[in-house]
Amino acid sequence: MLRDIFSKKKRYATIPSEQAKQEVPEGLMTKCPKCKTIMYTKELRKAQMVCEGCQHHHSLPAYERVEFTLDEGSFVEFDAGMIAKDPLQFPSYPEKSALDREKTKLNEAVVTGEGTINGIHTVIGVMDSRFRMGSMGSVVGEKITRAIEHAISEDKPFILFAASGGARMQEGVFSLMQMAKTSAALNQLHERGQLFISVLTHPTTGGVSASFASLGDINIAEPGALIGFAGRRIIEQTIRQKLPDDFQTAEFLLEHGQLDLVVHRHELRNTLGTLLELHAPMTGKER
Amino acid sequence: MDQLPFERPIVELRNKINELKAFTAEKEIDLSGEIEKLEARLEQLEKDIYGNLNPWERVQIARHSKRPTTLDYIKYLITDFIELHGDRLYGDDKAIVGGVGKFEGKPVTIIGHQRGKDTKENIKRNFGMPHPEGYRKALRLMKQAEKFRRPIICFIDTKGADPGIESEERGQSEAIARNLLEMAGLRVPIVCVVIGEGGSGGALALGVGDRIMMLENATYSVISPEGAAALLWKDASLAKKAAETMKITAPDLKELQLIDEMIPEVRGGAHRDVEFQANEIRKAISRSLQELEKKSGENLVLKRYEKFKNIGEYTHVNGAIAMK
Repeated sequence: MLRDIFSKKKRYATIPSEQAKQEVPEGLMTKCPKCKTIMYTKELRKAQMVCEGCQHHHSLPAYERVEFTLDEGSFVEFDAGMIAKDPLQFPSYPEKSALDREKTKLNEAVVTGEGTINGIHTVIGVMDSRFRMGSMGSVVGEKITRAIEHAISEDKPFILFAASGGARMQEGVFSLMQMAKTSAALNQLHERGQLFISVLTHPTTGGVSASFASLGDINIAEPGALIGFAGRRIIEQTIRQKLPDDFQTAEFLLEHGQLDLVVHRHELRNTLGTLLELHAPMTGKER
Repeated sequence: MDQLPFERPIVELRNKINELKAFTAEKEIDLSGEIEKLEARLEQLEKDIYGNLNPWERVQIARHSKRPTTLDYIKYLITDFIELHGDRLYGDDKAIVGGVGKFEGKPVTIIGHQRGKDTKENIKRNFGMPHPEGYRKALRLMKQAEKFRRPIICFIDTKGADPGIESEERGQSEAIARNLLEMAGLRVPIVCVVIGEGGSGGALALGVGDRIMMLENATYSVISPEGAAALLWKDASLAKKAAETMKITAPDLKELQLIDEMIPEVRGGAHRDVEFQANEIRKAISRSLQELEKKSGENLVLKRYEKFKNIGEYTHVNGAIAMK
């Protein structure tokens, strides 16, 4: 453009030196993927990883979820050392699992155990989407089944926080059958009249959404969580049209009668506490 | 196309034999020695090719447009069949058929995925991909079977549950999940046979049984070979490689003890002789039902739970003992 010749705009930019770059340590700040607000990670963590600008719920590492949910110091973990095998000798599966173990400091995509909420005992499972996309293979299925069996034998309620892309491809039909296994275990819990609360967090899709995560006596989701059976891309390819933005969000599911509640993370512990209390006469030791 | 790519040598040789036969008849020349030799060669060729099918070839047979469907087998296996419709909640899904009838003289409930064999029928049947109301119909019929204490036979034959907007709106996830939970608790025998493709959760939703059997050329998988290839190698054309890696064939799954029984197929695939194939299926179901009918409802539920509970391969770190 001709005008550009007369412009007095400075034509250089400031490039931070290597040293300057290092002055801001990795992970000090976190940018909200939704509203782009930049927050101190420390502040964000204090806010249970909820963006103060737009209330976007960031993914939560499993142990942080445990910490935010249970009474302080009450958590006792089950089966912490259980790790995946490689039954199909699937290319690079053991390496990828090892890498995720390193990255997340978790042995698998779910943490299970027991503890109390407002003094009421409960068995709990928390999935972590950072480990192999939270996918369910043999270990996830086994740990959840054992947790349910523990709830049965101790006559305690069961709460599970789902966060998963679905069944784990690398374990093939072993993964598929974990859907049946966990659901069959929940049937045992159900038959005994015990409470199961499913909390669906971002994302809960595929084989996890199509098994235990949809089987709560009460199904709760966090705001904005992606929840659905088929992947968005697959649906778009099938119907050859673009889907609305709110498709498969927690709010969409609530609207269509698939959820009981959508609860803000800051309210979640209270809601769970109240629900446990309301069901306590049916699930407590007094029965 | 009726012929699959790997069958070409067989088809070519068979055509050649037919040509020769026609030629002999026309010219009145005796070439019977020659023909006999070629027929022996054809026999050997069929044995070699059909006897050594690789996973991808089995996938192709499982997807063969002429492959017998649930309704084809019902015709041979069930007398007095009456199809029952609807989930009582939304509609009647044509991708799942079900009803009552007699198997070897005794009342049973039979339910299966139903695909079409041509485009028109496939559109009606949604290519055998059920909507939530299909699974809810299946569950209604299974509960009915439990009420009237008759065994349930499930035929599995789907690429997967329908992936569409309406299915999501009506709770596809919940419909599948509910079937998994409820099937685990049914107090009547459940025998499941994968007759074609067993595609993921949409297949499993009819698959929580006391006996899981597969036809020799059926497949059962957590994701289609194309889907796996696209995810793994960003290239759906590597489906052949994925089919091998994923262990989705009946022989592979039998070896991994993920299924109870493999039902042998007619050489070259079930579509070559439906009646013979139906009879093989009859024998397998009959054997299973005879065993299962002796058990109490409670015992069935307990054993079914144990069966699924035992599936899984894992180990322990931090000095804990290794399991299974």
